[in-house]
Amino acid sequence: MTLRELADLLEAEVISGEQHLDEEFKCAGASDLMSDVLAFGVPGVILLTGLANTQSVRTADIIEAKAIVYVRGKKPNKEGIALAQERGIPILSTKFFMYKACGLLYSRKVGGVGNQ
Amino acid sequence: MVSRYDLSHAFGIKGGNFAKAGSVSIDIKEILRELGIDPAIVRRAAIAAYEAEMNVVMYADKGEMVLRLNPKAIRITLEDEGPGIKDIEMAMQEGYSTATEEIREMGFGAGMGLPNIKKNADVFELKSTVGKGTSYNIIIYLNSTEKT
Repeated sequence: MTLRELADLLEAEVISGEQHLDEEFKCAGASDLMSDVLAFGVPGVILLTGLANTQSVRTADIIEAKAIVYVRGKKPNKEGIALAQERGIPILSTKFFMYKACGLLYSRKVGGVGNQ
Repeated sequence: MVSRYDLSHAFGIKGGNFAKAGSVSIDIKEILRELGIDPAIVRRAAIAAYEAEMNVVMYADKGEMVLRLNPKAIRITLEDEGPGIKDIEMAMQEGYSTATEEIREMGFGAGMGLPNIKKNADVFELKSTVGKGTSYNIIIYLNSTEKT
């Protein structure tokens, strides 16, 4: 699935990283706990989170996530968006809750971090 | 240009500065990446550095992280000034945490940090003196992508 298809599926607003939308990804993971993301994240993962601070962007950068999807309509602040742009990490925001966002991805056979 | 094998770079970390938390580790990641180190090894070093850096931001007053590289390994050391760790054995267990509510709201403090450093390092030594501070010695060998 491409990031563009992901944005369509989750009816997501693309906050930054338009130029990356045709890139593909294979797996996704969801957590508000950055400690868990660091422990279990894999390169190329889509990070779904409700934690919209700059730490979510830095954590995504460290684990080399493909993109961040903020759920429940959340968006990072200006610093977070600037950091994501600087680091080349696409940011999307969906109004869906975490459960629905994950369910939609799972229904399209997007794998989790443990079973790529 | 810095030679790949004589690198030594020190970074200051300020306790409580959540706005900048993680920026040192991202700098370390970029330095290692630009030197052409295996991306899987760079990632392990970046994760270990980030967890250690977050511990300074969350718990200590200040710290200094030093990145060194030789032909065989990446070495990351960190000396912090702060409360120290009372029980290192407990702190190394997954899920054990003394984090405040504020730290948890930042998405950290789940008791995964030190175990995660150990998981990503080939060598991880931790020493602490209560009331003074904590020192970390993290070594990641360049000749393997997986910890053996």
